[in-house]
Amino acid sequence: MALQQIDQFSAKLRPETRASVYDGSKKGHEKRTSVLFDHYPDPDHLRRLAGNIKQHVVENLDTLLPAAAAALERNGVKVHWASTAEEANAAVLAIMRARNATKMVKAKTMVSEETHLADYLGKNGVECVETDLGEFIIQIDGDHPSHIVKPIIHKNRRDIATSFEKNGLGAYNDDPQTITRRARAHLRKKYLEADVGLTGANFVTTDTGRLVLVTNEGNSRFCLAATPCHIAMVGIEKLLPRETDLGLYLNLLARSGTGQQLTVYTEFISGPRSATQPDGPEEMHVIFVDNGRTDALASDCREILRCIRCGACLNVCPVYRQASGHAYRSVYPGPVGAVLSPLLAGERFPELADLPKASSLCGACHEVCPVNIPIPDLLLRLRNRGKQEGSKAAAAGTPPMGAWSLLASQPFVWKTSLLAGNSLNYIPKSLIPVPPMQTWLRDRTLPAWRGGAFRQWLANRPTPPAAK
Amino acid sequence: MARQPAHPARRQIKPASAPSFLLLAPMPSPRETLLARVTSALAPLPKRAPLPNWDNELVIMRQARGPVDAWTFFAERLKAVNGTPLASAAALIATLTQGGWKHGYCDPALWDELRPTFEAAGGFNVETTFDRSRIDEYQFGITAATAGVAETGTLVLSDRDTSRRLAALSPWVHVAVLRRAQIHIDVPAAIAALPQDPNVVWCTGPSKTADVEGILIEGVHGPGIQIALLLE
Ligand code: SF4
Repeated sequence: MALQQIDQFSAKLRPETRASVYDGSKKGHEKRTSVLFDHYPDPDHLRRLAGNIKQHVVENLDTLLPAAAAALERNGVKVHWASTAEEANAAVLAIMRARNATKMVKAKTMVSEETHLADYLGKNGVECVETDLGEFIIQIDGDHPSHIVKPIIHKNRRDIATSFEKNGLGAYNDDPQTITRRARAHLRKKYLEADVGLTGANFVTTDTGRLVLVTNEGNSRFCLAATPCHIAMVGIEKLLPRETDLGLYLNLLARSGTGQQLTVYTEFISGPRSATQPDGPEEMHVIFVDNGRTDALASDCREILRCIRCGACLNVCPVYRQASGHAYRSVYPGPVGAVLSPLLAGERFPELADLPKASSLCGACHEVCPVNIPIPDLLLRLRNRGKQEGSKAAAAGTPPMGAWSLLASQPFVWKTSLLAGNSLNYIPKSLIPVPPMQTWLRDRTLPAWRGGAFRQWLANRPTPPAAK
Repeated sequence: MARQPAHPARRQIKPASAPSFLLLAPMPSPRETLLARVTSALAPLPKRAPLPNWDNELVIMRQARGPVDAWTFFAERLKAVNGTPLASAAALIATLTQGGWKHGYCDPALWDELRPTFEAAGGFNVETTFDRSRIDEYQFGITAATAGVAETGTLVLSDRDTSRRLAALSPWVHVAVLRRAQIHIDVPAAIAALPQDPNVVWCTGPSKTADVEGILIEGVHGPGIQIALLLE
């Protein structure tokens, strides 16, 4: 019987990659937990509150989106709308063409990964340089991010040093400090030459029309200090109702994502530079991107749209730690990806319908989520949907349950099989002619058969005192 | 919340070149298309989740309590994120001298205040204009802060007060000049007082990354040394 695709991928993972992913995510989780519980008496209360506010946003997007757009426009921002990835990319290109712009520096944004913006711009004659150190390394490697906060969690310093050498960024040197300094020098020129800086947004305040960007390296700040035009690609779910809500979310996001109180740079951008400021964009555009989000909104899994992309659920997930991010075959890996990726895939849902099964339903993702998303519940709903839609990807690795249901629904057959079960203790397990059983047994051992013991106990149990 | 009037349609097809049936039934604008999808996705919901109110007290850190004065608290928290609090121009001169950082930029509005100390020390080359074609020559940049956040050791910069965004970012050393009265005690207080400014940036320590094997490296694209200089 074929294994699930994620298991197949995981089985072939290089041991170094597995070690990098495991160590990186484990450290991230431990730091998150100690900081959050050290700083607050009741972080769970904060998570529930943050979840409730975001649920309000999700369920009121029809009024909040126009309000946010109006606030941005009042601040001098040009607002664009894109229902699909193609429209989003085309909107970016149109803005650039209108300015005769050919060079872009880009900060980290997951939406642009969804739309494959860099490839698209490259094909249309625009140079698009990733400036986040991790994303830059991904770009020169022709690789894909494997974590939403730490894109190169799957690489070690030797991998990085090799690709720097290959790409003409100096002789092989795997000292992280040297790697960072070389990127600093290389990217500095790129910022100063660029015509456009592109960012995402972590939050958009609906009442005041501010984009909030949360970064550590200072690359998005540099994009917005050196270039004359700022384009932000923003998923439609990024809104917060009130500016004051930032006090809650900023405190939760950095602690959940990287175990910091605040990231180094928290930028509040509400428009083109002021008249007295010599540096920065004279023009600012926001592109609100749907790209499957309204499908998620219409589904019974709309809670996933609360997600603030902190990565905490990846770090804690036993499946992610073993399988790595690329095993999820989509932009969003880990528990959040197992829900979000199939939903965003639209008609291609059945192709990714196996992802919701890549979970032991242990519930750790729900416990750490700063917006309290009940990920295990959503996974179950999507498993159901995968089954309903007859997805082949979802069915892989699942034993057929028909025989089981016959067995379990006929008392006589059941009792007979319990007796037969005793024979399991006397024959070699490798002789059992049930293929799913053999697959299962490859990595596990069966305990000794004790079938029937419960029924015996039940029949002979002493009468409980209360029933006398 | 009131609905906004419909946005002027941005059509990709110019009416003049469009086939006549499109003129009769105009294509919905991208805005209309997207919002219509949102509306229909939400239509089946019997009721919408309410917006909870909450109290700022909730997100104030446990450690943020105490009778210490704002600057002392701020300085302690700034050190915790590897920033450098300095309480006098003389201390700044000492730090710059020790690092060998002799060439830099200073906001012209601050130069009068700092000039005597720099001139007395001697050996510094301080420009009050910033030339972006010589960006790597500036070892330090001195600009004015808009505020500070004590709880997190954060410096608040804004377009209004930062003379050059680039000068506060590209030199290895950034010095933000802070006044005692500008210090907010915690994050909610600083959010409540966010300046009306198109570009507000909170800087919490030097620029950093942990992308390579989780190892902390400072000074990625921005300053490797972040100084808060208290001037009375
Ligand atoms: S689902 Fe929750 S824990 Fe996972 S990335 Fe999103 S906000 Fe973070």
